[in-house]
Amino acid sequence: MGKTFTRPVALSEKDTHYCPGCTHGIVHRLVAEVIDELGIRGKTIGVAPVGCAVLAYNYFSFDFMEAAHGRAPAVATGIKRVRPDLMVFTYQGDGDLASIGTAEIIHAANRGEKITTIFINNAVYGMTGGQMAPTTMPGQKTTTTPFGRDVEQTGMPMKMAELLSALMTPAYITRQTVISPKYVIKAKKAIKKAFEYQCEGRCFSLVEVISTCPTNWGMTPVEALSWAETTLLPYYPLGEFKTPDSQGGNDAA
Amino acid sequence: MGKVLMKGNEAIAEAAIRAGCLNYFAYPITPQSEVAEYMARKLPEKGGVFLQGESEIAVGYMVFGAAGCGERVMTTSSGPGISLMSEALSFIACAQLPAVFVNIMRTGPGLGGILPSQADYFQATKGGGHGDYRLIVLAPSSVQEAVEMVMMAFPLSEKYRNPVMILGDGLIGQMMEPVEFPENLIVKPTRKNKWAANGMDTRKSKKRNIVKSLILDPETMNTHNLLLKEKYDQIRKKEVRFETYNMTKPYKVLIVSYGTMARVCKTAVDLLKEEGIEVGLLRPKTLFPFPEKKIREAAAKAHCKMVLSIEMSMGQMVEDVERSVQGKCPVRWYGKCGGEIPPPKELMEMIKGLKL
Amino acid sequence: MSYIFAIDCERCKGCGLCVNFCPKNVLEISDELNKKGYYPAFQARPGDCIYCGSCYMMCPDVAISITSGNIKRKLKK
Repeated sequence: MGKTFTRPVALSEKDTHYCPGCTHGIVHRLVAEVIDELGIRGKTIGVAPVGCAVLAYNYFSFDFMEAAHGRAPAVATGIKRVRPDLMVFTYQGDGDLASIGTAEIIHAANRGEKITTIFINNAVYGMTGGQMAPTTMPGQKTTTTPFGRDVEQTGMPMKMAELLSALMTPAYITRQTVISPKYVIKAKKAIKKAFEYQCEGRCFSLVEVISTCPTNWGMTPVEALSWAETTLLPYYPLGEFKTPDSQGGNDAA
Repeated sequence: MGKVLMKGNEAIAEAAIRAGCLNYFAYPITPQSEVAEYMARKLPEKGGVFLQGESEIAVGYMVFGAAGCGERVMTTSSGPGISLMSEALSFIACAQLPAVFVNIMRTGPGLGGILPSQADYFQATKGGGHGDYRLIVLAPSSVQEAVEMVMMAFPLSEKYRNPVMILGDGLIGQMMEPVEFPENLIVKPTRKNKWAANGMDTRKSKKRNIVKSLILDPETMNTHNLLLKEKYDQIRKKEVRFETYNMTKPYKVLIVSYGTMARVCKTAVDLLKEEGIEVGLLRPKTLFPFPEKKIREAAAKAHCKMVLSIEMSMGQMVEDVERSVQGKCPVRWYGKCGGEIPPPKELMEMIKGLKL
Repeated sequence: MSYIFAIDCERCKGCGLCVNFCPKNVLEISDELNKKGYYPAFQARPGDCIYCGSCYMMCPDVAISITSGNIKRKLKK
């Protein structure tokens, strides 16, 4: 029998509020498919961020908590520590994870919390209206960098996967993207690995997903994909930065 | 089990464990670090969770996560740490999660000092964090009472699904006193919390649970705030606790004081009595809800010429005392907040010097 | 093996990612608005569809499904 493609059960029936062409929807679906395939819907708790995915709890069909800006890894820590039998993941954007929640993500990773983090990096703040994120590219125009990001003033974009893979403890750190079907298949494999590692009781895993924000980039959804490919991917290389076997090292695969 | 001599902070930790709280998250801060140290020693052998977070901000949300999946959880800190946790407190209160926070107060503002004070009265009773929320605030005046309040705090927070704060001054945390741990105070485990996000497998219905504080629809937000208000009104009606001392006598002066400060006031009341001066003392055990009615009635007595709010803060509780007295008699503040506690003699001289 | 291809045109936001990635150029954007006010995608040349799932893979709104059954184009209301 060939492959069929239908809405995963772990995804709710609700239409998302995301803008047309926003890749959040693709990543939501991948997470839901993985949860279906692993059969863990009944014992999974998602932790939503602040950002466009603040309403993520509406789009999945299992238990959820909604954290404050950047604090999702701390909330997930609280859950996982008191209920190690539950599968816990955070779903965070780049403003949430790489700016206001830097302390929380670094320490959750370094403690080796047995959680999974899905990190959506689209180089901009979405929900608040297109302001500069720590991941915004040099020269990239946002509503708070109207003349383009000036790295003299704001530094260079933060490479969170690389930064976190410098830590000794985390089990699995990878960067993926969903800008074409080929990459979507790879990203799903990575997300599945991350959840499988959690099922096996391995420590912290993070899947960074290079995503798009057509609205705040001022592009059509298709243009946004190619901008991500030509501008973001050269700076944010894809690959596995850390696997349980290489734990302690940080060589990109 | 008989009486044991224990440091306040350690007694607070032991009380929590005996109340069935095996989950504890904290960040070190003077003058309460012994709570964390005690928990770090004791919880592993009980199969509990001890975790030192990277900051009080994170700790606040670890409490959120643990409470959100229906487990009994506590954290302890002091003023500057509570400031950072106040963000989470607001979220926890909005999401209606039960949790116990302990503040062993030091002097402030800013980094302040590490000596005892009651400078966080406003922070505890008027918010601290953003938005319309209240904490149930319990104020112990002895190590024994701290133990009892910790044990009471868990069922209270679960009954109202609201965070409870134990507001003790540094002295309560640091001094050693004989304590006796009440038996049979362990309340049933909390796994059955129907609202908890603890996995759909844990319940028969396939309904999923969401723990959140985001409410975008104005009507729903207003309804939620009304629901919270109704809860706080119920707490105001049912949970007021206080102690009266020498209030059956025709006192000219009524002291309102709490915590360690109230103990010093008690001595002053005794010594003044020896000199033939009758002073009443009303000690709120709950700061929210505040014993407004009792204070109003006590101040309305014909023999009462003045109400004194004596605090280790620069006039914080006095605002609630004034609000309670409703102009029935003059209200004055007296206090110190540098870490020193006004001794009984100082209070006596001050009271004798009042123009009544 | 046969398949049923469907686009839930009310879920579709007309972003065009499916159109862009269809290897057989099967899909197009409709010139009729759906209830949300978007121009949804539809199968303009259903006979050319090879049921590869590229469109499903890229659809952020999970508006596309490919299930096994008789080959026919089905538009959900």
